[in-house]
This record gives sequence, C-alpha cells and structure tokens, in this order.
Amino acid sequence: MCGIAGLFLKNPALEPQLGTLMAKMLDVLTERGPDSAGFAIYGASTPGHVKFTVRVKPGFDVLSLPARLDAVVTEHDDHAVVSVPAAREAEVRALLEAHPELVIVSVGSRMELFKGVGLPEDVSVRFGLSGMSGTHAIGHTRMATESAVTTEGAHPFSTGSDQCLVHNGSLSNHNDVRRSLIREGIKFATQNDTEVAAGYLSYKLREGAKLDEALTSALNDLDGFYTFVVGTESGFGVLRDPVACKPAVMAETDDYVAFGSEYRALAGLPGIETAHLFEPEPARVYFWERAA
Amino acid sequence: MSTAVQVMDDVNVFDLAAATLRELNGALQNLDATTNQTAWTILNPRGAHALAVGVTAPVNITIDGHAGYYCAGMNDGATVVINGNAATGVAENMMSGSVHVRGDASQSAGATAHGGLLIIDGNASARCGISMKGVDIVVKGSVGHMSAFMAQSGNLVICGNAGEALGDSLYEARLFVKGKVASLGADCEVKEMTDEDRDILAALLIKAGCTESPDEFTRYGSARKLYNFHVDNAGEY
Repeated sequence: MCGIAGLFLKNPALEPQLGTLMAKMLDVLTERGPDSAGFAIYGASTPGHVKFTVRVKPGFDVLSLPARLDAVVTEHDDHAVVSVPAAREAEVRALLEAHPELVIVSVGSRMELFKGVGLPEDVSVRFGLSGMSGTHAIGHTRMATESAVTTEGAHPFSTGSDQCLVHNGSLSNHNDVRRSLIREGIKFATQNDTEVAAGYLSYKLREGAKLDEALTSALNDLDGFYTFVVGTESGFGVLRDPVACKPAVMAETDDYVAFGSEYRALAGLPGIETAHLFEPEPARVYFWERAA
Repeated sequence: MSTAVQVMDDVNVFDLAAATLRELNGALQNLDATTNQTAWTILNPRGAHALAVGVTAPVNITIDGHAGYYCAGMNDGATVVINGNAATGVAENMMSGSVHVRGDASQSAGATAHGGLLIIDGNASARCGISMKGVDIVVKGSVGHMSAFMAQSGNLVICGNAGEALGDSLYEARLFVKGKVASLGADCEVKEMTDEDRDILAALLIKAGCTESPDEFTRYGSARKLYNFHVDNAGEY
C-alpha cells in the first residue's frame, strides 16, 4: 500500500497554508499507510546558508550545538534543523557526523525533512507541520512491506542536496542494485528498497545525469512496481512503472499542482471542484518547475 | 431512516458529509424491486470507496462528485450516474443495470462484469474490461494498456485509441476501436465486421448517445490459438 501526497504551489498567497494543507492530505492517507509518515518541505532559504536536518537520539541536548558549531539550530521534536554558512558545509557535516547521537537526514538550501513512526496525524503534530510554510512539499504514509517499521525505513529519503524521494510499491531487484551501488561508493543505512531507489538517483546525478534523465534510466534499471514522487529545490517530478501497478491522481489549477495516491487526499484542497484532474501515464516522466 | 437523508421532490438526497458510507450502502442494499424510493442522489462523495455497491433494486442513483474505488460494484439492476470521475474498478462485477461515468475512469473499469451497460464519457486507464464476462462497455475517449485482458464475452466499444496489448489472451468478447491501437496482445487479431457485429455496435452507440457511425470502427477478436495449450505457443502465454 502506502500513500503519497505532493503539493506544489503556483500562487504565493497559498504559501502560509502549505503545511496545513499537507497535514490534511497525509491524515486522509492514513488508511494507506498507518505505520509511519514523513514529509519534506521547501520553505524560505537564508542567502548563502545551507540547512542540515538531523535526527537526534533521546538525551542529547541539541541546543548545545550552536555554541560548538556556530550555527542556528531549531528543534522539531526528535529532529533539528541546523543552519550554517554554505562555505562551512563540509566542515559542519564532518562535525555532525562525529556525533554518534546525530543522524543527518537531509541537506539543502530550502528543504527540511522530517519522518517518524506512528499515525500520520501524530507525526504531523509532533513536527508542527501545520505551522510550516513554503512553496512545495512531499509527504508519505507507509505500510511496510520490504523492511521493518522504523524511523530509518520511513519516507522521504534524501537523494542529494534539496532532493528527496518517496515511493509507493516494492522493488524486486533492490539487493542486486544495492550491491552495485555500494561498489560505486554509495552508502546505505537500511535494508529498505526505497533507499536503494534514492541511492540510485543520487548515483546517476553524481555521474552528471539531470533528474529527468536519471528517472528515465530508472525505468530500465529498477525492477518491481513503483510510483515515485521526487522533490527538488524548484519543483517536483512523478514516475510510474510501465505496468502502473500503483495508483496516482493529479490535480492542476491556476494556484497549484497536487499529487495524491487517491483523489480522497486531494478532496480538501481549495478549488478542487474545478481543477483539471488526470491520471499520470505509465512510464512517463512528469516534471513541474517553479519559475526562477 | 437516517437524518442524513432528506426527501426533496421525491428524490432521496443522502449527504455523505453528514452520515457514513455504511449507512448509505445499508439503505440502498435494503431496497427491493417493489420500493417506491426509486430516486437517490448522493452528495459529497469526496472520492469515497465502495459507493452504492451491491444494489439489487431497479432504482436511479446519482453520485454528485468524484467516486473512489469499486463504485457501483456488483450492481444488479440499478441505474447509476456519476457526475465526476471514478477510481479503480468502477462497476466491477456488474450483473445488470447501467453505470454512466460522466468524467474519466481509472483502472479496471467494468472488471469481470457479467451484464449491464457501462458508459464512460471520458477516458478509461489501464485494464478496462479485464476479464469481462458479458457486460457492454462504451468508452467515448481512449483506454490504457492491457484493456480487455482475458475478456470472455460481451462488447467493448472504444471511440478513441487503445493502449498496448489490447485484448491479450482474449476469449469471445467483441472489441470495437475507432482510433489507433498501440499494439495487440497475444492471440488478438483484426476480424471482419459481420452484419451481426455492425448491428450490435450500432445499437450500443445509440444507447450511449454517440454520433459515430459503425463504419468508422475496426472489429478485433480472438484468434483462438491459445485456447488449448500447444508447446509451440509457450512463449505467448
């Protein structure tokens, strides 16, 4: 099963409502994924700065970090966002990685990524999703099939700076692809199949492919069934496997483009009654970009 | 009766914003052939699954909005109109009656249906009419891949185009396509349009309110080579 929600705003007037709208979409998708939930949200950036989202082990005082890192730290339940000047990205990454109490979940100028075990509504409340604003967000509710119900196995997975991936389906050749990618230096934290898809895209991007090219080559190299939604700093993309096993419906208005595993997830969006609704075609890469 | 139902101009109006799906389906499934509550309108469906399933009375049901999975499944005699889109499996296993989708239908529309008429004004996606067993389906737009897979009997009329592998492993259903077929599935071939075919097609086009002429369509059917296992065909199964 699993449920996916994506919302990409065209109308800036809706940006303060992004978190509230995404929280509602995720709540509706609880029936498709009650085990765990997560979301990536693209909010404001500080010029010349990058944000690390880190997961913090219980007992570690994350607010002691600013003094040590000279960073701005914001707490969200068991996650924290650490903002530092971009010039210090490598240095701060090494410092964060040196703390066994911390796991780096994502990095980017705009993307923050939160995920956890529990009902989607509880996960949204814990992280304060309703209070978040931004231009676009991607969320996921998980019903685990290929690996255990853990925070690490929840989606989204980060695929690179300001990039994330969510997945509905299951891959059948993930062990094989994981072995190949490990030889290429890609690191994996879990036995999860989606992490392999994320690692695959990271590898292709590292080798110089553009995101749409990486998604197109995924059609050849990833076996199984999947609907992927990927987020980038300026947009989001959708890809379904050629057999189209997993559901997908999209809505477009003058104000937004939205993705839902089912129409129910879109039913609460403003102006949905007159939206252009369509089902993305199998094996076709879709991409929406925000004007720079 | 539930307070969610209000009778207006002899129409029973059921608001799903005020009552549960179970109450709705319970009310509809309790109707019998002698009922005088013959007109029903369902408000605020908001993509709910299993709307108006298992109805066995000859009543008129209008769903005012988009429907979720398996809408009007197992329908046996009701006339159901969906003023919106329908998700996976609309009218699956219909026995008799009719279902009219005014928007698009998702995958597996009319799956395994034994009888009745399914009309889709827009497009239907993959596997339309999969394993159909006697239903008539008219799609005014196009259908996705693997439509009429293992279709056993009945008629599938497609006014637009058909996706890949149309009629794969087809039995005796008749397929009529006006537009292009991306590819034919195993054991599906072009057939000559007989007078009987033309009469069936013409009647269905009229029933569905289509203006096309039967002469604009190509008839496809089973080559009947895969009915019995033959080792030379092993790669086709």
